[in-house]
Amino acid sequence: MRIEIGLEKKLGAFTLKAAFSGEAAITALFGRSGCGKSSILNLVAGLLRPERGRIAIGDRVLFDSASGIDVPAEKRRIGYVFQDGLLLPHLSVRQNLLYGRFFTQPAERWADVGRIVALLDLAPLLERRPHRLSGGEKQRVAIGRALLASPRLLLMDEPLASLDASRRGEILFYIERLRDEVGVPILYVSHEIEEVVRLAGHLVLLSDGAVAASGPLHELMSRIELRHLIGRHEGGAVIEAKVLAQDLGNGLARLAFSGGELLVPDVDALIGETLRVRVRARDVSIALSEPRDVSLLNCFRCRIAEIGAEPGASVDVRLDIAGTPLLARITRHSAERLRLAPGKEVWAMVKAVSLDRHSVGYT
Amino acid sequence: MFDTLTPAEIEALRLSLKVAAVSVLASLPLGFGLAWLLARFDFPGKALLDAFIHLPLVLPPVVIGYFLLVLFGRRGPIGAWLEHAFGLVFAFRWTGAALACALMGLPLMVRAIRQSLEAIDRRLESAAATLGAGRWAVLASITIPLSLPGILTGMLLSFARSLGEFGATITFVSNIPGETQTLPLAIYSFTQVPGGDAQAMRLCLLSVILSLAALVLSEVLVRRANRRIVGDAH
Repeated sequence: MRIEIGLEKKLGAFTLKAAFSGEAAITALFGRSGCGKSSILNLVAGLLRPERGRIAIGDRVLFDSASGIDVPAEKRRIGYVFQDGLLLPHLSVRQNLLYGRFFTQPAERWADVGRIVALLDLAPLLERRPHRLSGGEKQRVAIGRALLASPRLLLMDEPLASLDASRRGEILFYIERLRDEVGVPILYVSHEIEEVVRLAGHLVLLSDGAVAASGPLHELMSRIELRHLIGRHEGGAVIEAKVLAQDLGNGLARLAFSGGELLVPDVDALIGETLRVRVRARDVSIALSEPRDVSLLNCFRCRIAEIGAEPGASVDVRLDIAGTPLLARITRHSAERLRLAPGKEVWAMVKAVSLDRHSVGYT
Repeated sequence: MFDTLTPAEIEALRLSLKVAAVSVLASLPLGFGLAWLLARFDFPGKALLDAFIHLPLVLPPVVIGYFLLVLFGRRGPIGAWLEHAFGLVFAFRWTGAALACALMGLPLMVRAIRQSLEAIDRRLESAAATLGAGRWAVLASITIPLSLPGILTGMLLSFARSLGEFGATITFVSNIPGETQTLPLAIYSFTQVPGGDAQAMRLCLLSVILSLAALVLSEVLVRRANRRIVGDAH
């Protein structure tokens, strides 16, 4: 389903002016805190009212200042998973789950209670009260509650932010599961690129209340000029690859992508499955000749496509491995010493261990 | 001691409970509405309205009683109209006592409810709206249940205030046995007649027991309501 969003809203000192559209299962809104991510969700949900703009999901227009359409929040049928869950404290888990369903017209109820309860493993929690739940359990109930209102779009506002690391993995797993099995489009707000890479197909980069870039995730991730928005340390190209072989006797998996093969440790995937691997730019090194006698497992022959123009001690280099882009971040000193220039043929090297499970997303 | 209550004492007790109960129930919708208005909205004259609601707390009750007499007496502008339009008479009736009690208890009720309304996380109401609940559904399923401890506290404070109300009642509806003579008025009457001391004391003790019972009951109810909302932490 196509989501079309164009919004203009004055928020205190700055004006939010954002427009994007997408058709991916999960569209991620990524940006620093205070860039207006959560406000966009509130505007889409109808909890805030834009001064101008248009919001449409599929063929249904929810807001259009030009034609005076403004569907109230309770009629929009947009699920909202808040950062801290916001379960209704005076109701049991079961009552929380059924709350939204009660207000949904029977003809519009596509979400089946048994299926959602099973999907999120909520059965043991049903009779509990929200204050008896852990942070991860609360989020699962919050997701289930939103889904059982049979929404046309699900908004998630940093649903992992209030959880510890181990719970995050758990909730990520459930979000992937619902993305793959439920089929409701998701607008996902985050400031952790790791989550975004793992989940989203479409990325909207926000900066100071405006959309800096919007497009397929792997395209945006390999653009040098966007690196500063994604983060110096975490940014890097995203490669889509298919699992060729699993556990080669040494815990490694062999993945195939358009530019060659990638060896990755500890991948929990089946043969034939397509993965999304984020190769952090700082984990990529460049050599002029084919490396021999090195521990690096992943070496690719490639061509330099672009060298970043940012000032500072390091530079970003975009490499092209037979059509697949890869970003490398090296010191300016090395770039000059190796006389790197666009068009030059080089070897890119990636340590397999840098491609840990936090860098792998399941599509 | 209670098996020896005289019919007149039982009548005063019955009347006190009736007046207090009716005044609380009748003023609850208004009290909740005012509390909601004050807790949720900013409007011109808000401070004035707030002060006006609090007047019965600071004015001598006899002043309130006198105003009621002027406005709601049978010849008063409101009283005459009510009698003409609905046949509703307050002056020198137990309904008038209930009106006086409701007014005297209103500030206590509004304060308690307002506080609990202000303590509600408004985002819970937003969450309910995204789940399809309209205005009234949010009010009924979120706002009222979550402010229940405040509503109960407010009802009890107003009820206790009604049991003790004297000045406004005697000024507005006089001291008519069986019609407007509630416990405090009966106690007052006994203290005015020679040899009534013992009977006044009996009624005083009765008042103490009644008020204590109301306080304990409300504490139990508020705790139960709180437990429903936030669990066993309280």
